[in-house]
Amino acid sequence: MNIEGKKAIWKDYQKEIADDKFYYVRSCVRQNFFPGSETAFLKIMREELKKDVYEHPCHTTCTGIGYHSDIVPVETTMTVVARQFAIMNEAGYENLMPSCITSFGLYTEILDTWHHFPEVEEKVRQQLKKATGREFRIPKNLAHASDVIYKFRKEIAAKAKYKLINKNTGEPLKVVDHIGCHYAKMFPSKGVGGAEYPYVLAGMIEEWGGQIIDYPERRHCCGFGFRQYLVQANRGFSVACSKEKFESMKPFKPDMIITNCPGCPMFLDRWQYVINEMEGKKYGQNEEGIPVFTYEEVAGLVLGYNPWDLGLQMHQTDCEPVLDKMGIEYSPEDKYKTEVNALYSESHNLINV
Amino acid sequence: MEKLYDLLLKDIRFEEGLNACMNCGVCTAICPAAEFYNYDPRKIVDTVQTKNDDDIRDLLKSETIWYCGECMSCKTRCPRGNAPGLIIMALRSLSQDLGFFVESEKGRQQLVLKRTVGQWILDHGYCLYLEGVGTALHPEQGPVWDWIQENWEAVFKKMGANYKGDGPGILRKIPEEAMDEIREIFKVTGGMKRYENIEEFSKKKAEELNMILDEGIDNEYFRHIYKTNNGCHTR
Repeated sequence: MNIEGKKAIWKDYQKEIADDKFYYVRSCVRQNFFPGSETAFLKIMREELKKDVYEHPCHTTCTGIGYHSDIVPVETTMTVVARQFAIMNEAGYENLMPSCITSFGLYTEILDTWHHFPEVEEKVRQQLKKATGREFRIPKNLAHASDVIYKFRKEIAAKAKYKLINKNTGEPLKVVDHIGCHYAKMFPSKGVGGAEYPYVLAGMIEEWGGQIIDYPERRHCCGFGFRQYLVQANRGFSVACSKEKFESMKPFKPDMIITNCPGCPMFLDRWQYVINEMEGKKYGQNEEGIPVFTYEEVAGLVLGYNPWDLGLQMHQTDCEPVLDKMGIEYSPEDKYKTEVNALYSESHNLINV
Repeated sequence: MEKLYDLLLKDIRFEEGLNACMNCGVCTAICPAAEFYNYDPRKIVDTVQTKNDDDIRDLLKSETIWYCGECMSCKTRCPRGNAPGLIIMALRSLSQDLGFFVESEKGRQQLVLKRTVGQWILDHGYCLYLEGVGTALHPEQGPVWDWIQENWEAVFKKMGANYKGDGPGILRKIPEEAMDEIREIFKVTGGMKRYENIEEFSKKKAEELNMILDEGIDNEYFRHIYKTNNGCHTR
């Protein structure tokens, strides 16, 4: 592999990412499956990086899963998204920072459509006004929450308590990155590194001491496919996609998987459990699964946050092999305890710092 | 009645997604659904661009338009800048508007999506609202999900959620005035009409199949469309 050549290409795909004053919109999937990731993200942004991050209680789903399940018409989705913009404007913010790749892709798609078809934007303006009385301006900057962590990856590295290095061997951990289809496949120029050489997660991993694995099915979908997972009769498609990826990455002996999208880590985590139940097969080393992480969880581990405050006990595939390799101190007996989270501050809910 | 092709043209995604297709098949080569299902996005785009009304009607009633996972891998690769995934979305919308979706096993599943994700959006303001959605419907979620479901409030409090609370935060209660705005947007923009269409045509189909379709998800027709797979969809 010609690394220098790839680095040259990556340089052509650097997007503009705001520096401060972010308006955060949450992810339906991340909230339900990886809530600790959003809590950790806000702590990192507000307390470690001292950034202004605002969350409005009245923001809602963007309807993305409904839209891509084809039950929500495009006009409805565009108007819900226009409402998100409107309440962001009213709060005095311009930099939209979604926690979800489906949302990020949808915002990108809608802004592109409006750019090419101004009459569609005008119709949405009229519909929003009619339905809610609101008006909106286009966001000045649109960056996924992972783009922002990527931008500040060196600052996080400077505060790191642990590195993505095997403490026993001194070797970098071998990491598979999975960026999620809607991050850059639709609009490559809107993702760090584009669709061919996405660097948003790879940049974090390299900065924090790990080594990225390039493997044949690196860009293959995790298999969500919206209706292909949500309806039980279709789930064979979903597990088959994940299995194709596991089979492809296994020979490279990955220590862990890092993900961008809120849904992909759930699928890559749960389908390992299912494949083991169905076929008695595991893809990690030492007869273990491959631990799957969100990027917020990886950032939190590097910063020395308690694994159970990050929510790693909500994974079906055990994460302990990675904690042990990194030399992270943790208490196994605390794993399923539900005392208050040290990462969480009441101020996150009551005051937008 | 208007030509089906002209109806498709009214969908902005169709206009964005279809320039002249040269039938190279790169979309099919990259497509995850084409690896798994009897599915060929190239053929769909080719059929649509013939503008043949009978062929488009067959597509709208077919299984094949429901196989796509909308990953949009096709959009990255098409040398002509087409997006078969967007064309699929326009076909699926028209199939639901005209009631053709109930003519296929996969199309009938739209009622499942409307009564789960669709209802969660209108009731809670989230696409997913999973308290009480356990491993009976989602066995793949595994034992950890049973533990989460059994300890839902404590687990989410531990994770820093503002579960059902006022103000911002994870799984907060979205204020009623915000929910009223979302429901009004659905009324003004055709979202509610789409939901009503799915219900109306599904009810007729359930009667035709002599199956019980009550409210909610615990009834014969819902269970049937949620679980039925005739085994003829895959390669």
